[in-house]
Amino acid sequence: MRLFSPTIRTIPWLAMALLSLPVAGGLAGILAPALGWLPALGGDELTLEHWRTLVATPGLADMVRLSLSAGLASSLISLAIVMLFLGAFAETRALALVRRLLSPLLAVPHAAAAIGIAFLLTPSGLASRMISPWPSGWDTPPDYLFPGDPWGLGLTIGLVIKEVPFLLLMSLAALPQCQAQARLRLARSLGYAPVTAFAKAVLPGLYPLIRLPIYAVIAFASANVEVAMILGPTTPPPLAVAVVRWINDPDLSMRFVASAAALLQLGVTLAALGLWWLGERLVARLTRTALTSGRRQAGDRLWAGAGGLTTLLAVLLLGGSLVGLVLWSLAAWWPFPAALPNPLSLHAWQGALPGLKDPLAQTALIGLAATGLSLVLTVGALEAEHLRNRGMAAWAELVLYLPLVVPPVAFLFGLVQLQVQAGLAPGALAVILAHSLFVLPYVFLSLAESYRRLDPRWAQVAASLGHSPASLFVRVRLPLLTVPILTAAAVGFSVSVGQYLPTLLMSAGRLSTLTTEAVSLASGGDRRLTAVYALMQLLLPALGFTLALALPRLLMRHRSGVLNP
Amino acid sequence: MHRIAPLARSRSFTGYFGRSIAVATLSATALATALPSLAQDDALALDDWTAIEQAAQGQTVYWNAWGGDSRTNDYLSWVADELEARHDIELVHVKLSDTGTAVSRVIAEKAAGNLDEGAIDLIWINGENFAAMKDNDLLFGPFAEALPHYALTRADANPEVRVDFTVPTEGFEAPWGKAQLTFYYDSARVETPPSSMAELLDWARAHPGRFTYPLVPDFTGSTFLKQALIELTPDTAPLYQPVEESDFATVTAPLWDYLDALHPYLWREGRNFPTSGPEMKRLMGDGELSLAFTFIPSEPAAAVADFQLPPTTRSYVLDAGTLGNVHFVAIPFNASHKAGALVTANFLLSPEAQAHKQDPAVWGDRTVLDMDAVSDEVRATFIDDSDNPAALPAGALSKTLPEPHPSWMERLEAAWLERYGSQ
Repeated sequence: MRLFSPTIRTIPWLAMALLSLPVAGGLAGILAPALGWLPALGGDELTLEHWRTLVATPGLADMVRLSLSAGLASSLISLAIVMLFLGAFAETRALALVRRLLSPLLAVPHAAAAIGIAFLLTPSGLASRMISPWPSGWDTPPDYLFPGDPWGLGLTIGLVIKEVPFLLLMSLAALPQCQAQARLRLARSLGYAPVTAFAKAVLPGLYPLIRLPIYAVIAFASANVEVAMILGPTTPPPLAVAVVRWINDPDLSMRFVASAAALLQLGVTLAALGLWWLGERLVARLTRTALTSGRRQAGDRLWAGAGGLTTLLAVLLLGGSLVGLVLWSLAAWWPFPAALPNPLSLHAWQGALPGLKDPLAQTALIGLAATGLSLVLTVGALEAEHLRNRGMAAWAELVLYLPLVVPPVAFLFGLVQLQVQAGLAPGALAVILAHSLFVLPYVFLSLAESYRRLDPRWAQVAASLGHSPASLFVRVRLPLLTVPILTAAAVGFSVSVGQYLPTLLMSAGRLSTLTTEAVSLASGGDRRLTAVYALMQLLLPALGFTLALALPRLLMRHRSGVLNP
Repeated sequence: MHRIAPLARSRSFTGYFGRSIAVATLSATALATALPSLAQDDALALDDWTAIEQAAQGQTVYWNAWGGDSRTNDYLSWVADELEARHDIELVHVKLSDTGTAVSRVIAEKAAGNLDEGAIDLIWINGENFAAMKDNDLLFGPFAEALPHYALTRADANPEVRVDFTVPTEGFEAPWGKAQLTFYYDSARVETPPSSMAELLDWARAHPGRFTYPLVPDFTGSTFLKQALIELTPDTAPLYQPVEESDFATVTAPLWDYLDALHPYLWREGRNFPTSGPEMKRLMGDGELSLAFTFIPSEPAAAVADFQLPPTTRSYVLDAGTLGNVHFVAIPFNASHKAGALVTANFLLSPEAQAHKQDPAVWGDRTVLDMDAVSDEVRATFIDDSDNPAALPAGALSKTLPEPHPSWMERLEAAWLERYGSQ
């Protein structure tokens, strides 16, 4: 056990290497082709020709505008919803309820949520069926362009639905860190109305703590592929979708342009982050006087109402799309405007079951392996922090966010080149490592707060009883952290289940997971089968969260204190 | 190269029927450099089929094929079961949403110097993907005419199995099935469907918002352009020569006039398009469209049985005929299991596999075998679907128009995107 401390101390470096090397290597892998260097395709001189081709692409400005606006708008709306909600409901029972609902909401894979939203809001969707033929008077579906509208509203809604739970989770984790409760009580005792108290006393302390998660959300939203494919406009699509199309273009010379466009996507994401940063400065300057004006309330009721309403709307949208998925998976012929499928049929499930077995097993296997690896690295890194008695360096936190901030389309294609060059056979191992790139940050983010807040006196007591650091770790700290570790594992597992591009590229498509199947079926156009796969995609993470909740209760029923530390 | 590649290019089955490519001309070097790759594979002498079958035993063949249609996927898993039982080959269907992904991988492997341990053994392919791979020396072969069952296609009498979008296959891909543009409509809403492109415009004016075509360059969408061009241009002869040899603007002027007139009456007034043929089918199922088309003649009837289309769906072919072509399987130059891939390609051409594939209850993809080359008993196993009210009447597919030279598709798509791609 003497090796315990040295081993633990190397883990943060391992984690840093796992997160930074593939991203850096992948970017290097597209840099050369973007400048014309890809000998296999006859590119053996450095040239800016492909950049000129890219710039001359019709609609490029629209693609960039869409990526920027959808990225910024969805992040801003999500942040507003979360802050209004927290302001209106901090310290109420609603918050406790939402906190419980949060993890399962977070587990809904992006593709499944987008498919559900599309089913709900499309002109022939559930929402329009509800009001047809009465009172709308529609016997046939109306001819409106949504989702897929040229302004990217549908896309923005889809992104908001998925970003709100994530930001809420991050905010709830950060609230205790900024002593929100004490601040809020103080402000309230000085006579500030609830939302105003939150905005003036808590928000300025909370925001810096959730800045990195917000940046990850902006980066994700400005470079997302799956949601944009399902809910975004097509003429032209957002930039990231166009990049994927170019990468897969049968005209091989388009690979050069694709590489240039992938770099441009990186630039667009950085620009979105830069704009946001400028906005932060502006808001900070503009609100300086308002914060200290001493006004006890400013439209408090209105803001609280808005917070409740927007949250309700978000929950309704997500709930409605889930109901839509279930109905479609049970539908036989279901013509417009029938609001409910009649008769109900297990046809789609029966047809899908034989094919579900393999993808289900692969998804579970990859998810468990990637989560296991990420968990070991995360716990190791956090324990190393504990041993060194020093928090995480700022640069290390940036590295942690690297795979979340660098657009995946910008480095995955380069990563495939690296994979082949390293002789790493396409298949499960490569996929697990690629998934870990995205799973590790989320596991870390979910676990870090609980781990750091664990009362050090438990360990001090045990140490004074003669326990070594290793024994302390295994017998005291780990059991005390069972609940948060399992929750983090469930979050990581759900992230892995939702991955599409890494699975497809790193396995050469040899591994089919529920997500790759769902996306490839979505292109086939059968709503019933797509719904079955989207639901299965949901079911697996939900199972993970159920286990994370139930297992400790089962295993530790005689240690009730551990369950509510 | 001015073009955008919007969402979901060729994400459909028809994506495999490929698109044209500017560099599609066959170079003699492609052939010359591909031949040594055959010679390097000492174990494989294509004239010794028994040895190939022995080498194939125990191999795992990774077949990269579009996986967006459950009926096609089910047929592929039937093939996998048969190969396991007959030849001890494990066939893995690598489900793609776009064949371009497979092409990307072969390129990445070549770039990294992987010359004989490729991840892909067999690709379902045609059109532009084939032209691109052939042109870049990414294919193994020629092998097709060495397959024992190839003789059953009677290629000399059926030249379409040797030509892929006017590009000679030269044995670098083996024919697998046939497709043809087929229209379908909801007879509960449409009494008389339009029987020509000219009538289609009048019909759309009378029924605004009830027709559309997939976003170019999705293959089904591009096929619609070619179909319209063939019907509207006074002289089709230039379409079968490289586009450079004729005045593109003059030849295509009637097409653009037509589309300018048609677009205001399309679904969403032509401001948005479905991304693929299957998505167009879904819009039919949703009741948003009353008239649509597909490149899989058996698809409408199958979709009715699967609850995806109204029971009142009917299929037909335009009076003057519609475009049709052949789809193929090819083997990458660096495939790890070439023997297994060859045995698979040969099995796909067997009367049993072809008959099962043509069965409307299975997939309904038409055979490439010549019915004169098989015995009466075998011929009896090939059934068609003409009794089904949603299927095409017997003999409808006899009116097949050949594909134009691939260079036309490239130019048409670029011109379409220039005009309508970003609005």
